[in-house]
Amino acid sequence: MTDSDHTTRRTFLGLAGGAAASGLVPIVTVRTADATPAMLSSAIRNIVGEANVRTGKVKLDIPPLVENGNTVPMTVSVDSPMTADNYVKSIHVFNEKNPQPNIGNFYLRPGAGRAQVSTRIRLADSQKVTAIARLSDDTFWSVTADVVVTLAACTEEAI
Amino acid sequence: MPSALINVPARAKRGDVIEIKTLMSHIMETGYRHIASGEVVPRDIITSFTCRYNGTEIFRADLYPAIAANPFITFFTTVTESGKFEFEWIGDRGFSETASASILVE
Repeated sequence: MTDSDHTTRRTFLGLAGGAAASGLVPIVTVRTADATPAMLSSAIRNIVGEANVRTGKVKLDIPPLVENGNTVPMTVSVDSPMTADNYVKSIHVFNEKNPQPNIGNFYLRPGAGRAQVSTRIRLADSQKVTAIARLSDDTFWSVTADVVVTLAACTEEAI
Repeated sequence: MPSALINVPARAKRGDVIEIKTLMSHIMETGYRHIASGEVVPRDIITSFTCRYNGTEIFRADLYPAIAANPFITFFTTVTESGKFEFEWIGDRGFSETASASILVE
């Protein structure tokens, strides 16, 4: 009895899983204008290659709630002494749901003194923003922040 | 008419870490917007920003359409000697602008 129970449960789960997977396909095709999580991870892979990305060291200052997605202030700083043999080589910022997953790449030198970069970005939707830092020993560190956007960028009509 | 705003302290002590603020006026058209008739507005963005300190590159950035209009970028550097910071922005449709600022290091 227990055996047949297991079978039905497994069959049911298998079917449900299959349905969920096929159910995803139309959603993806409808939202081709958005960067998908797959595009985000391939954009990150382009930068980090096969290396491990660890969480920590990086700080991302971005408002959690923004009214206007057309200009969102953002500051990325990395905990680094910025000496000749221990410094931040580059900082890469990515988003999840804009039409394109990249936001910017910033390349630093040990002489920077402080590993910190600020700029203003566009966000097309409420989403996650990820910053990844590459240190001089070629390790990668990341941080992710959630941002809620009231007025989306990119989608409005040009006049 | 493109114009740059640069903020570099006029003088500093040797070894100080200074903040450099830059702003270039530019539409940064994403290439994802449509006009009423449905045509896509072609992309027109700044793709690259570089800063040189007495000829040596100290900071560089690759920009994407997700950077807001009139790209505002700030970063830091340690000052070692008096001299000149040169800034260069390069973009679509042959966009190329430069600016510079001097610093007196005591």
